[in-house]
Amino acid sequence: MQVQDFDVGAEIAALRLGNPAVGAVASFIGCVRDMNEGDSIGLMYLEHYPGMTERELEKIATEAHGRWDIFDTLIIHRVGELRPLDQIVFVAVTSAHRGESFAACEFIMDFLKTKAPFWKREATPQGDRWVDARVSDDAAAARWKQ
Amino acid sequence: MTIQLIFLARLRERFRVSREAFALAPGAATVSTLLDQLRERGGAFAEELAPNRAFRVAVNQDVVTFDHPLKAGDEVAIFPPVTGG
Repeated sequence: MQVQDFDVGAEIAALRLGNPAVGAVASFIGCVRDMNEGDSIGLMYLEHYPGMTERELEKIATEAHGRWDIFDTLIIHRVGELRPLDQIVFVAVTSAHRGESFAACEFIMDFLKTKAPFWKREATPQGDRWVDARVSDDAAAARWKQ
Repeated sequence: MTIQLIFLARLRERFRVSREAFALAPGAATVSTLLDQLRERGGAFAEELAPNRAFRVAVNQDVVTFDHPLKAGDEVAIFPPVTGG
């Protein structure tokens, strides 16, 4: 969790650093859009539950390591005030072959969206509102149940 | 028996409180009996914690079901479904 922005290139370089066994890096970047539910978004505020957030992200990464043959995972999530175009979240996974890192990266994002205690509040021309959870996110996470 | 209550995001705003020490009624306590006690406050508590509303409860930072037992000193957080990422 961090308030400040992140440099994707530097983060990926650090994740791969000194490991010649890495043959694949899959990553995902989530960004703030200027529209949601048909309204223009000027500003977004991300709240989280300190303590539990770290624990949940740790659990999700551990689960990914249990399911796929991967080397390292990195999850960065920003909190506080964000604006359209800003990066919110970054997930990167390294593995020997692409299949494992692609799958693990998608799994981590699907679980992060339904388990990690973050909440978005957005400013629209009609005033501030808390973003509602999406049924489609629950469905995405449910795909990974064995 | 006293626990620490934490309210987050929209619920924190609705209840106008982020954290409070809360005395549970005597007897065996679960998340469910805690929710009953909170609903007795009426107003936003009765409304937002009604059985048909979507919210989650975490005890000591793990999401639990409503039959989860409570003990003195537990950190109990109540929050809306998450919307990060």
